[in-house]
Amino acid sequence: MNYWNRPLFWLIAIVGLAASAFSQQKIIQLPQDNPMSQIKPGPGEEMVRKNCSVCHSTDYIVRQPRMDASRWAAEVTKMTDVFGARINTSDAKTIADYLAKNYGPAAEAEKRKSGNGN
Amino acid sequence: MDSKFSALDRREFLQGFGNVAAASLAGIFGNPLLAGSKTARAVVYQDPLPAASQALLSSGNPLLAGRPSVRYPEKTDLILLTSRPPQLETPMKYFERAITPNEAFYVRYHIPPPSQIDLSSWRLKVDGLVERPLELSQEDLRRKFTPATIVAVNQCSGNSRGFFSPRVFGGQWANGAMGNAAWTGVRLRDVLSMAGLKPGALEITFNGLDKPPLPTVPDFVKSLGVARATEDPDVLIAYQMNGRPLPVLNGYPARLIVPGWYGTYWVKNLEQITVLDHEFDGFWMRKAYLIPDTPCGCVEPGTTPARTVPINRMRVRSFIASPQDGTALRAGRTVTLKGIAFDGGSGIRDVSLSADRGANWQPAQLGSDLGNYSFREWSFRWTPQQPGEYRLMARATNRAGDSQAAEPIWNPAGYLRSSIEYIDIRAE
Repeated sequence: MNYWNRPLFWLIAIVGLAASAFSQQKIIQLPQDNPMSQIKPGPGEEMVRKNCSVCHSTDYIVRQPRMDASRWAAEVTKMTDVFGARINTSDAKTIADYLAKNYGPAAEAEKRKSGNGN
Repeated sequence: MDSKFSALDRREFLQGFGNVAAASLAGIFGNPLLAGSKTARAVVYQDPLPAASQALLSSGNPLLAGRPSVRYPEKTDLILLTSRPPQLETPMKYFERAITPNEAFYVRYHIPPPSQIDLSSWRLKVDGLVERPLELSQEDLRRKFTPATIVAVNQCSGNSRGFFSPRVFGGQWANGAMGNAAWTGVRLRDVLSMAGLKPGALEITFNGLDKPPLPTVPDFVKSLGVARATEDPDVLIAYQMNGRPLPVLNGYPARLIVPGWYGTYWVKNLEQITVLDHEFDGFWMRKAYLIPDTPCGCVEPGTTPARTVPINRMRVRSFIASPQDGTALRAGRTVTLKGIAFDGGSGIRDVSLSADRGANWQPAQLGSDLGNYSFREWSFRWTPQQPGEYRLMARATNRAGDSQAAEPIWNPAGYLRSSIEYIDIRAE
């Protein structure tokens, strides 16, 4: 018996092969940036969110240890000079000031009291 | 009756056709990734967790306070460090066992992971200083090479960075940025043999499907020296993890396995291997992932090393997975402490426990030896005789005679932590 001549055979084979090709595609969708990692409200907050979220979620900020102003300024410089973040000098200063104020040593005591890590 | 097909041919042909049909049907209906999807494509998307599961992680560990539990595609509940690019760490309970399940394996990307991969069109390119440039499909990897399997630990260079004192910038991991799996794939040296390295080959770069969020952000590319790449039979291009395809977030469809070396070299979602006649000067090799060029890989806290080298072989470590830090136990009742130990490839010789702050040590019982690069399970039966506070310390020694120090080291980037771990428990 010649199976090659049977249209039904070809129909099943082609659909089957096409379907198996479909099943070889993997698509993943990552969750949204976690809302529990929001940065603190205050002057400069919007500028931080606008400039920094281009590349990474804000938990990259809020999970850091509380560092002093010079260390935060150096981090912002790393973002602009090493990674090419397009932030002008004035905005970079605003951002560094916001980080030093809200995620600096003075904020460490507050963090310990709140116990929620933010 | 048509004589083109003998009875034997017909049976084989039907079997072949049946296999294709069955595979196709299995691909559509049997594929767990497709549960709930309306199309025939393998869409992997997890619905948001119910509110209870998103509750703040309460933990005795202050570093982990406030970190939510999250479930990413193909993953179970992991501890969130960062959402995007993702850094997810494995809860310590998984380290009672030598093998880390795929869904519990930690995740770390510097730049966005690939979101869509078409396996049928994916090719692993091998180019540069080679006689025969290659474009290997998944089928080529499975058919044209003898497969190999190795059980090996992947630990992030910055695992435990959150415990540094003084603290440093970077991923603020607790101890969960590590895992152990059986990796199956082809030997890198066999692939390089097929391509044929030309004289003068010096370094080999590995690039994955993850892509920078901005053109100015350096692509994540790592390199190995040609000696290790061509001589070490244990360096693999793995397409299976614990017998199954890799989760996308752990490197699907194939990743580099560099046993004994920190995870930064284990490039995920591989797509290109390039042979160079010069030292690779990519950012993630020459500017990042550097350790002090000293025997301890350390400097005085707060200082800068005079010279640095790329991070490489892992230090010997051990962990107490249970009981958890802060647990209350019953005085006079025996408990079994459990955990794992590992090193950079010489294997674990012994693990010892101390309940008196290091004055006395007793040997733990070691579990099965799954290979020099694997987690080694250990267990230790212990009875807190009197009520009170106890500090339980675990110390491993590898077969090269290296042991763990009591005091942690320090370096500016927060790498190589490997000092003795402990838990504090109370007996009542």
